[in-house]
Amino acid sequence: MQVACGWTGRVVCRLEDIKKARGHQNIVNATQERFFFDHYGLTNHDLELYLAAALSAGGDYADLYFEYLTSTSLMVDESLVKSASQGISAGCGVRVVSGERTGYAYTDDLSSQRILHAARTAALIASAPAKSTVAGFQQKAARSLYPVSLPSVDADISAKVELLMRADQTARGYDPRIKEVRASYADELRNILVVGSDGTFAEDSQPLARMNVSCIAKTDASSGRESSGRGTSGGGGRVALDFFFGDKTPEFFAREASRQAILQLDAREAPAGDMEVVLGPGWPGVLLHEAVGHGLEADFNRKKTSAFAGLIGKRVASEKCTVVDNGTMPWRRGSLNVDDEGQPTQETVLIENGILKGYLSDKLSSRLMGLADTGNGRRESYEHIPMPRMTNTYMLAGQDDPGDIIRSVKNGVYAVNFGGGQVDITNGKFVFSASEAYLIEDGQITAPIKGATLIGNGPDVLTRVSMVGNDLKLDEGVGTCGKDGQAVPVGVGIPTIKIDRLTVGGTAKRESGGYMQ
Amino acid sequence: MTTTLETTEVKLALNLKELAADVVSRATHGGATAAECVVREGDEFSTTVRLGQVETLKESGSRAIGVRVFFGQRAASTYSSDFSAAGIERMLTSALELARITSEDPYAGIPEAGKLGLLSGNLNLYHEDVYSLPGPDRIDYARRAERAALEADPRIKNSEGGSFDAATGRKILANSHGFLGEYRRSYCSVAVVPIAQDANGGMQRDYWYSVARSLAKLDPAEQVGKEAARRTLRRLGARKVKTAHVPVVLDPMVARSMLEHIFEGVNGDSVYRGASFLAGKLGEKIAGTNVTVVDDGTISGGFGTTPFDGEGIPTRRTVVIENGILKSYLLNTYTAKKLGLETTANASRGLAGTPGIGPGNYFLQPGTKTPKQIIGEVRDGLYVTEFLGHGANLVTGDYSRGASGMWIINGELAYPVEEITVAGNLKDMFCNISEIGADLEFRGSVASPTIRIDGLTVGGE
Repeated sequence: MQVACGWTGRVVCRLEDIKKARGHQNIVNATQERFFFDHYGLTNHDLELYLAAALSAGGDYADLYFEYLTSTSLMVDESLVKSASQGISAGCGVRVVSGERTGYAYTDDLSSQRILHAARTAALIASAPAKSTVAGFQQKAARSLYPVSLPSVDADISAKVELLMRADQTARGYDPRIKEVRASYADELRNILVVGSDGTFAEDSQPLARMNVSCIAKTDASSGRESSGRGTSGGGGRVALDFFFGDKTPEFFAREASRQAILQLDAREAPAGDMEVVLGPGWPGVLLHEAVGHGLEADFNRKKTSAFAGLIGKRVASEKCTVVDNGTMPWRRGSLNVDDEGQPTQETVLIENGILKGYLSDKLSSRLMGLADTGNGRRESYEHIPMPRMTNTYMLAGQDDPGDIIRSVKNGVYAVNFGGGQVDITNGKFVFSASEAYLIEDGQITAPIKGATLIGNGPDVLTRVSMVGNDLKLDEGVGTCGKDGQAVPVGVGIPTIKIDRLTVGGTAKRESGGYMQ
Repeated sequence: MTTTLETTEVKLALNLKELAADVVSRATHGGATAAECVVREGDEFSTTVRLGQVETLKESGSRAIGVRVFFGQRAASTYSSDFSAAGIERMLTSALELARITSEDPYAGIPEAGKLGLLSGNLNLYHEDVYSLPGPDRIDYARRAERAALEADPRIKNSEGGSFDAATGRKILANSHGFLGEYRRSYCSVAVVPIAQDANGGMQRDYWYSVARSLAKLDPAEQVGKEAARRTLRRLGARKVKTAHVPVVLDPMVARSMLEHIFEGVNGDSVYRGASFLAGKLGEKIAGTNVTVVDDGTISGGFGTTPFDGEGIPTRRTVVIENGILKSYLLNTYTAKKLGLETTANASRGLAGTPGIGPGNYFLQPGTKTPKQIIGEVRDGLYVTEFLGHGANLVTGDYSRGASGMWIINGELAYPVEEITVAGNLKDMFCNISEIGADLEFRGSVASPTIRIDGLTVGGE
């Protein structure tokens, strides 16, 4: 049961560059068109029949979401391949929308009988005469943001094992204080077909791959001072296996995870209280995801449960801030050719020069609110009702030199790596947890500090952004966002920014200010 | 709504227990030296009513099967939602194929035959009454709960809705040592998420819920709605406070997270990897002498009760911490072998992968004081009703989370606070639990009474 309204960006990662369209050669468009027609003997007539059953008790709209998901996961621990698994999950979800009501039913059996049963169950949401259904399906021009000649799920599994073994070796060789290494790899290929009573007809074949390395460092008991640290790193996207043979190799992630674990061995206590905070580029963009992204999802604004409700056209950030959500970036983890309602994704401006511009919408919200559908209707699987979700959310680069930003801070914190975050949509309070951060003293980055949670208020935190760097980066591609119990892959990005005041949740007593004891 | 929600569909008559046993036997005939098969089947119903109107209605069932095979000390697993003969065949072939690429692990394997078994008798985990309400009455349960919240106070002006959920699930486990067990569990819940607004337009939301294995034990809708309203209203007008070193009292809903941190710390998987600061501390004092933590998978009707664990071993009662001394880790077969110990029957098994470790009914032994008494003894401090984020590091013990709640002045809850952090180190925090309330209540498999922890830093202005 999901009663707490928690939104978690689970992760582990550090960024580098926005991946430009990578140099794949001889790409065959691997979109498996007609997948469900070929594999399950589905016909247009069947689809019309199912939609008619869904609208048999009335309703404004009905759609069918067919999904066939194959996945692989591998884990190397203590230099052994301890776990290998593969699986197949297939099903169809039927939705009927009547006004603000949604009826939903699904089946993991794609037989005609079971889909019709699901359609009639979902139909119970409406109570009116049957609606005449679709005249014909219109398939929109296909886009191909992630063409792969060989989806990684079908690639040779020993090559995937080899990646993990290389990561393991690199991490263990990085420093004798690295005591434990765990490397994992997961990929999937999701074939979907979405058809709607409004004529929507969309197919897509969505690859997704990622690898992660986590390390534990410990000082030897003989060294006198016992200390430990952990580090994690990883990356991926809607890519084929060759991604991990480019510049984002297992060695890259292993060194990064090791570096973080070793760094923690000497971390000092983090300060506590309000102070200047500089965020490094890339994964710290989780700030945007939590502070503004969720609050701008249209469902919360339609229901006026978001702290951002009614703020369109108002200033919610300094004029240096422009924030977008972009589902069209090639190969990115958060990208989609079409969303899970069959609508092509797009680039949507959320905040432009500090002014709130728009919301992220799905079909239901756009119809009820009279907005354009931004192609953000997403769902975890055929078992779930779609809702507005982010794709890749980031802040555009500014003019400031990152070095100048650091130098401008007398006494503050420089945070470059984060775990997850969470937000309370209604009061706007959000947190994100720094896993790698440093003190800034007199314009210089000095000692590493222990992990600390940063907390702020979404609708005004960006008004205190006084500098925006020219170094926009996106995360490495391991982000997963949870909302109402549904997990979907997302991306985030940000240039180096300076926030004039943010609360840092450390334990150290500060020299100036001090405590109320 | 004039139509009924009940469906008359008859499930495909397939004996899933026979299927599980058959998959195991086919795996061993295919060359596996050992095999284990799990089948899961479930139904769910959920509805949300918002501002009196039905918002969503969901009803469905699904099932899946998974197999784990061993070739000597190599293991692999596969799963599928396709129960056709071809689907099962493909799942088995892939598993046998996949086991070739994994490593020899001397500790891998299913439990010894002598350890397998299941608790006898009725554990009261399954009650058909969770589906006994007709569809319209289920919707009405959610509607009444929301209405009670909306009518509680004029400041409750909006809502994320009231909801009613029901579900039943069946799990079957078979292995090549001849184990074949199954159990069914049922569940129902009612929840409300009201939103209150003050004169300045500031909004707050909170929630309350009731959950039970039997509809007969579910709290009345009105009671849940009123409590949700009370919890929401008290947050209105929340302010930030100055950074301070003060006693912190955790209400049971958030105190539970401390138990989860201890769980993560004694989880055999973290222990053998040295990923927990509690590794190697068996027999040592890791908490105050007032702290006793128990895991018990055998309690009748419990949310964490099962007749056997994810590997087919009867569940049991394990004292994890007794008067502050770490008495036992929580283990499955693999981690027990790694540590040279006996399993505590805490294996949790998904469809794929190696078994993990999960709690039974896992709780902090209650004390004698009421929450009011505990708060009453604090002159200046924080009462936490919600944590935000996941800032606990079990490797180092470092702890830092966002929080909101009430400020305590002279033993009274004085005013609501928000946008603050609570930070410390878990090693110290476990030792500084200075008060434990009498108010232990299970709302899930992990439960804690109200607790007070001293020595934390509250971060604010």
